[in-house]
Amino acid sequence: MSEQSGAVIKTANGLLQWVDKRLPVLDFWNAHLAKYYAPKNFNFWYYMGGFALLVLVIQILSGIFLTMHYKPSAAEAFASVEYIMRDVEWGWLIRYMHSTGASFFFIVVYLHMFRSLLYGSHRKPRELLWVFGMLIYLLLMAEAFFGYVLPWGQMSYWGAQVIINLFGAIPMIGEPLTEWIRGDFFISDATINRFFALHVIALPIALLGLVVLHLSALHQTGSNNPDGIEIKENKDEEGIPKDGIPFHPYYTVKDIFGASMFLLVFAFVIFFWPEAGGLFLEHDNFVAADPLVTPEHIKPVWYFTPFYAILKAVPDKLMGVILMGVSVGVLFLLPWLDRSPVKSIRYKGAWYKILVFSFAIAFIRLGMLGMAEGTPAQTIEMRVWTFVYFSFFILLFFLSKGGSTKPVPDRVTH
Amino acid sequence: MKINAIKTLLAVLLLALTSGPAAAAGGASNLEPSGINVNDTASLQRGAKVFLNYCLSCHEASYMRYKRLSEDLGLSEEMVMDNMIFGDAKIGDLMTIAMDPEDSARWFGKTPPNLTLIARARGADWLYGFLRSFYQDENGRWNNLLLPNAAMPHVMWSLQGIQVMSHGEGDEAGQLELQTPGLMSLEEYDDTIRDLVAYLDYMSEPAKLKRKNVGVWVMLFLAVFAFMAYLLKAEFWRDVH
Amino acid sequence: MSADGVNKERRRFLIATTSAMGAMGAGFAAVPFIKSWFPSARAQAVGAPVEVNVSKIEPGQIVKVQWRGQTIGVLARSDEMLQDLDQVEPELRDPGSEEADQPEYIDTEGRALRPEFLVVNMHCTHLGCIPQVIPQVGPQPFDENWKGGFYCPCHKSKFDLAGRVYKGVPAPTNLRIPPYSFLDDSTLVIGVNPGGMV
Repeated sequence: MSEQSGAVIKTANGLLQWVDKRLPVLDFWNAHLAKYYAPKNFNFWYYMGGFALLVLVIQILSGIFLTMHYKPSAAEAFASVEYIMRDVEWGWLIRYMHSTGASFFFIVVYLHMFRSLLYGSHRKPRELLWVFGMLIYLLLMAEAFFGYVLPWGQMSYWGAQVIINLFGAIPMIGEPLTEWIRGDFFISDATINRFFALHVIALPIALLGLVVLHLSALHQTGSNNPDGIEIKENKDEEGIPKDGIPFHPYYTVKDIFGASMFLLVFAFVIFFWPEAGGLFLEHDNFVAADPLVTPEHIKPVWYFTPFYAILKAVPDKLMGVILMGVSVGVLFLLPWLDRSPVKSIRYKGAWYKILVFSFAIAFIRLGMLGMAEGTPAQTIEMRVWTFVYFSFFILLFFLSKGGSTKPVPDRVTH
Repeated sequence: MKINAIKTLLAVLLLALTSGPAAAAGGASNLEPSGINVNDTASLQRGAKVFLNYCLSCHEASYMRYKRLSEDLGLSEEMVMDNMIFGDAKIGDLMTIAMDPEDSARWFGKTPPNLTLIARARGADWLYGFLRSFYQDENGRWNNLLLPNAAMPHVMWSLQGIQVMSHGEGDEAGQLELQTPGLMSLEEYDDTIRDLVAYLDYMSEPAKLKRKNVGVWVMLFLAVFAFMAYLLKAEFWRDVH
Repeated sequence: MSADGVNKERRRFLIATTSAMGAMGAGFAAVPFIKSWFPSARAQAVGAPVEVNVSKIEPGQIVKVQWRGQTIGVLARSDEMLQDLDQVEPELRDPGSEEADQPEYIDTEGRALRPEFLVVNMHCTHLGCIPQVIPQVGPQPFDENWKGGFYCPCHKSKFDLAGRVYKGVPAPTNLRIPPYSFLDDSTLVIGVNPGGMV
């Protein structure tokens, strides 16, 4: 038995050597897995990057199989989704994987970004990592928007109508621009077909490229950690960070466990709560698109509603669009806004805790208000939270330089 | 450690959700619960019969195949063909109707909508209320409490009877009362509508019956796998610290 | 840390079991994707069995129907046409239909459930053209001793009145027989085996 297993191992090793002479697999394995050192104190927040990658794979797999049955034309799209739900074997499961995956992608990405706020993962030398991440976020929003139009339900159609009309607010080029985006004088077959091409090919390729850049930038600097200290500043005699552990096997094994917990929650939603009360699959979208009938209440999917609330809070259309754009764009500046000598919330004074918590609450409240009808009372509240949202960035810039800090340890704690 | 991180998350969520009045996303929450049971096959069969007899003449259900009824409702294909398919439709066909949408728009003022997904769009409770809320207004025309000035007549008036708006004050204002009894008592009619709504709920997502069953097995498997993965992780992490 | 030996055993065991479960899970997860490639309910509805009323078909007459994208012919045969079947056997490539694509319940006598009706997939087994039906005996431009059957104009393949292929023609095998059965004396259904299995 051991003779045979010895022979198998020898052949496998021989094959590996053959490949390695022609493709740097062993160097890659070491540089990015077995000898890539990550801080040993990663907590719950540090699962999110891996989860994002997992959801990306799920979306691509389920998306490919949906494309095999979906028809990207105004006449057939809605019926083709029902065809998938009813006539294609297990089609309903593939559809729910994709719709649930879209929402989970944003839950994970928002938590992933929030981690950065907590521990200063966007600070020097990781500014470019943050910028790549923001670009991924932008493309993800576009990908989700185009994808949502494809089922061609009432919300698909009218949501597209509202968002594309926003571009009409841009002075001078606005109207021709909206016509150019639509490919027609109104939202039509031309629109859904091109959105399909963007959603299925163009944006996924761009996203994959950006993810590669994002991970490469991460591995260049190494990861941050909840204490916000640089583990590379404390190496042992062999040049290995004292507070670092090789990603493989420790974080591969931890991420497998994390993934199994993630999949448990994911499976629960898919099999027992796919509509999520109308949040993941909106009720109005089960009615086929009708250009002559506007739904009572047009609103984007939940992951866009915070920014939608900011748009609604401003009485002027163009200013609303601009402010909405700025609310996303200002996030790009985050690495340079925080001037505190300390990275992690753990060693910053109460001023930072108040800022971050207010920001988080503002974001969630804006999200909830973005889904609501917009009564006068709600509009006032939207303006209040919009103010809180933007003051986070302004106050961060002015308070961070002199803001109180606690002594930062040399070695990671927990 | 993990506990702090999750506590942070929960604290933020809690504060956010309670720091203002609940932003209701519209939709009446004062609907009477429909009480449907999609797992009651007999109820679905009765509902299917009502649907095919009363609804399918004007409303298409063109994403649903007749054959699915035999697969999910415990009926044989012959039973479906004999009792439920009128005309020369084949068992594998979609539930389309012969009525031209332009004609129906002229006759009723509006093309009767496709009902395949109505339960997912409106909800079972709304449908249950709608189908019991028809009344005759002062002009002798049909109207509906849940959809004022609906173009749809009360197709099942002979079963329910004719309701009118009550002339009472206070609590009774805006309520309906039965002026002319129908072939069924109000209770029997309500039961019939409950069956119909159960069927509509099933028809809007036939996979619902299967997905929960499969889901239980998937979650069981994942739970066991998560447990194994945890043991594996804990074993390796003994090295750390 | 305890002795290396104990650790390694437990690790190997946990790695093995977790990997095995993971592989199982991946296998389970693959099932819906693979199954989604099978013909959908729509394809099955369109590819549903086709009934043919045979009561009025005269001997030598053929009725053609579409089933699953194929042209199926129902040819009524007289007793004389059936007698000729033995005579041509020396000229046939596979007289016993041993390599032919046909259901197992089709016996070799006339290659049919009921000899008076030949039910055959009309696509020539060479490259798929539909042959001409020439049931009458008599000289033809392509064969002086024509005993009746099918002649494919595309590349000149010939089949007898039981759809069996002649030697020396491009077509390699006999015409295929689809699954079919008789509902009653005057109705046959293509796509359903005897015993009701589709």
